[in-house]
Amino acid sequence: MATYELIETITLGSNAASVTFSDIPQTYTDLKIVISVRSTYASTSGILWLRFNGDSGVNYPFRRLEGSGSAVSSNAATAGQIGIGRTTGSTATANTFSNTEVYIPNYTGSTYKSVSSTAASENNAVAAQITATAGLWNNTSAITSLSVLDGESSNLVTNSSFSLYGIKKA
Amino acid sequence: MARTYEPIASQTLGSAVSSVTFSDIPQTYTDLVLVSIGRTSRTASADEALNFRFNSDSGSNYSLTNLIANGSSVISQRASNLTSAEWGRMNTSSSSNTTFSYATLNIFSYSNTSIYKTTLSETSANQENYGIARYASLWKSTSAVTSFTILPVLGPNFVTGSTFSLYGIKAA
Repeated sequence: MATYELIETITLGSNAASVTFSDIPQTYTDLKIVISVRSTYASTSGILWLRFNGDSGVNYPFRRLEGSGSAVSSNAATAGQIGIGRTTGSTATANTFSNTEVYIPNYTGSTYKSVSSTAASENNAVAAQITATAGLWNNTSAITSLSVLDGESSNLVTNSSFSLYGIKKA
Repeated sequence: MARTYEPIASQTLGSAVSSVTFSDIPQTYTDLVLVSIGRTSRTASADEALNFRFNSDSGSNYSLTNLIANGSSVISQRASNLTSAEWGRMNTSSSSNTTFSYATLNIFSYSNTSIYKTTLSETSANQENYGIARYASLWKSTSAVTSFTILPVLGPNFVTGSTFSLYGIKAA
């Protein structure tokens, strides 16, 4: 049996505000999400959110490092979700989708859950971002479901895709 | 389907130790990936540096460049001729009790005896001084990597429950 297994892929057939992976098997060590998204948000880019187990409480501290091609910045927040990266917005170059990889180690453990992500929204235009995020879910529960959400109250567009992988240690 | 991402070994610490070593690494993969989730026993600060050494080499054969952010500022550093290479940051005993931090180390072409060995690593240690970090490191040796050691710089120890998992990746 492979140790790096595809659990599920969701490809949007119509616009949706969020995508949820439910009933995540508890048989792996770590999880990885690979995301390709574009948003209806009327800007060149928007924010992409992540929540666990339907928890929208202010339980997610995170820090972010971002480069725009001309400047770098870092900020921190504690919110009702983790900002894991950027969506490509509706005013960005047509047919471009942003990419995000999220790693969640020890998702069944009894410690708070760490999240690491790297995102890119290159679109062959003026505005683009590369983003690295360190996040935490202040909860000792096992992660049994996770949701990826458009953080701008807009929709993720058709053909956006989300693949969830399970990784097993030796 | 051929397996391309295989578990080689994993160590979950049953007691505190000052370093973790993976020995007798199979030479049958293209690249290696180490995934760590843990904390150290340091009390003087909420985080500290993680270093690695390949094949027990403590000569001045390592260099690195990094990019680090803490939620408000960003720095980049580089250093050469080091006796070990920093590759990440880890939470300490001064961190929240239930907070273990994540770091992953990618070791490219580790068995290629014609090139120096490069690594690329990332850390996510939220709520700490160096929350987000990316490192590029070099070991100036053409030897195949047959073992490596991970150690906290000030430690003294990795705490019980810290986990280090090594994977091998095969090219097509």
